[in-house]
Amino acid sequence: MKKIGLLIEIRDDVVKPANLGMITAAHADEHQVVAIVMEAIPSHIQALLGQHGVDQILTVRMQQPEWNPELWARAIVDAITSHDVHVIFGLTSAQGKDLLPRVAAILDAPLVMDCVHVDINTQLARTSQYSGKTMATFRLSGETVIYGLRPNAVPPVEHPKRPVQIEHVATLPDTSKLKVLEAIPGESGGQNLSEAEVIISGGRGMANGDNFKLLSHCANAIEGAAVGASRVAVDNEWVPYVMQVGQTGSKVNPKVYIACGISGSIQHLAGMKTSGMIIAINTDPDAAIISHSDYYVIGDLFEILPALAEELEKAK
Amino acid sequence: MKIYVCVKHVPDSAATVTVKGETDIEEAITFLMNPYDEHAVTEAHRLKSIFPDAEVIVVSVAKAAGENTLRSALAMGADRGILVTTDDRLDPIMTSRALQTAITQDGRPDIILTGKESIDTEGMQTMFRLAHLLEMPAATNVVSIEPQDGAVLISCEKEAGALEKLKLIMPCILAAGKGLNTPRYPTFPDIVKARKKEIKQITLAELSLPEPDSTVELVHLAPIVEKREPQELAGSAAEIAEKIVQVLKQEARVI
Repeated sequence: MKKIGLLIEIRDDVVKPANLGMITAAHADEHQVVAIVMEAIPSHIQALLGQHGVDQILTVRMQQPEWNPELWARAIVDAITSHDVHVIFGLTSAQGKDLLPRVAAILDAPLVMDCVHVDINTQLARTSQYSGKTMATFRLSGETVIYGLRPNAVPPVEHPKRPVQIEHVATLPDTSKLKVLEAIPGESGGQNLSEAEVIISGGRGMANGDNFKLLSHCANAIEGAAVGASRVAVDNEWVPYVMQVGQTGSKVNPKVYIACGISGSIQHLAGMKTSGMIIAINTDPDAAIISHSDYYVIGDLFEILPALAEELEKAK
Repeated sequence: MKIYVCVKHVPDSAATVTVKGETDIEEAITFLMNPYDEHAVTEAHRLKSIFPDAEVIVVSVAKAAGENTLRSALAMGADRGILVTTDDRLDPIMTSRALQTAITQDGRPDIILTGKESIDTEGMQTMFRLAHLLEMPAATNVVSIEPQDGAVLISCEKEAGALEKLKLIMPCILAAGKGLNTPRYPTFPDIVKARKKEIKQITLAELSLPEPDSTVELVHLAPIVEKREPQELAGSAAEIAEKIVQVLKQEARVI
């Protein structure tokens, strides 16, 4: 039995569902699951973590608890080395991309990001490469191994435990060569594509930025839905880059991806083809996206989207 | 002042990747500079207008063909290149050590730029490992850089369009995100001029790097085969909408 440390992401007293899937990925084979949190967490979150199989909640205390990726990475390393944790999981989220490689660098430990599958006992991890064209299997070796899990790659399963609370006071250097000056939230709260359950995306067929309203009307009627876009829509400045799905945009893994007026270039497919279900709406029956879909509609999105928004409202 | 830019020679994202043997790919396809590294090279060129004495050196660890990517970087405005050649596939632990040694043997960096990830192996970590080895602060997904008295003020893109403003003491490592700039594509005279610029070649063996204690070893590579069976939803707009909602409700269970 190994101790598995999970870097749990909490924001505004909310644990994103992807964290719970990470607990499920870690508690296979009866390992001891240690949730690592960087601040004291409220009881409902403790209960939620316990419900999904966390054995221990390790709260890391720092003199200056404010977000600083360099100091957080050092504090995490300090905590796990004192608690004999030699396997670490985190999410391949914006925070994970900033934190996991720093932890790996300090420990000189192997790390695979964006894993879709991890076997803790054999230390094998699978991740896609070459824009989603191949699946690579890596063997990690080292005293401590680190896995960055793709958000939503593993669905959460309940596995009730009664977590024990422990604390670690991190000893850190006083100074850092990196200072966080300010955090600026995204516009209108921002939609988080990488964690959306449903994504409705528009491409060239949307014709202009104003028409993206048709997509928002549908997305607003579904809980956990967000609006995305293809590179064409972003390059034409119809919508901001933050909405771009694909090779050089967000790589997403929702339960449902609805592609509207998107032809399905190899670069776009690279960002969304692991979606649970793909629905394509396109006027061109030869569009590449059709052969990568589960369901497709050959038709005019300007007729179908308003009807869909109406139908979704009814279903609410 | 020295600005180093680490670049990677990668398959074109539009190329067909064919798996060869257990862990290799067919390499008779188009390779080019990793797109995020183009932003890094472009930014290095822009920084030269702020620091006129700056020298921009591009560094790559690659097979011999990696010289093409260094030539592209030279055409985009870099002054000279260093190519560490190897036929082995290096993991990020080894690559960061090779870059560290190649850079420190050459000079003292003030700023190191690179892309936030490579589009082939998507490891997202080499810059942080290099930063740790060089004892420098680092930041990723950087979308603006403003030098200020021995430090840089930068913004980094986070989730959902959120930004974070950071101050890093120089020397530091900055990994470029897409929003940093528009890549500066070379003109024909730039390309001609780049042919005459120096590229120093060193073999990996010549760096005589110690064997690390940790490794990330690729043990298997397989093409991703899609198992979808596309089904058409047909009818009037209202009928199609109804069918989509039904699928979302009963099959996907998202509403």
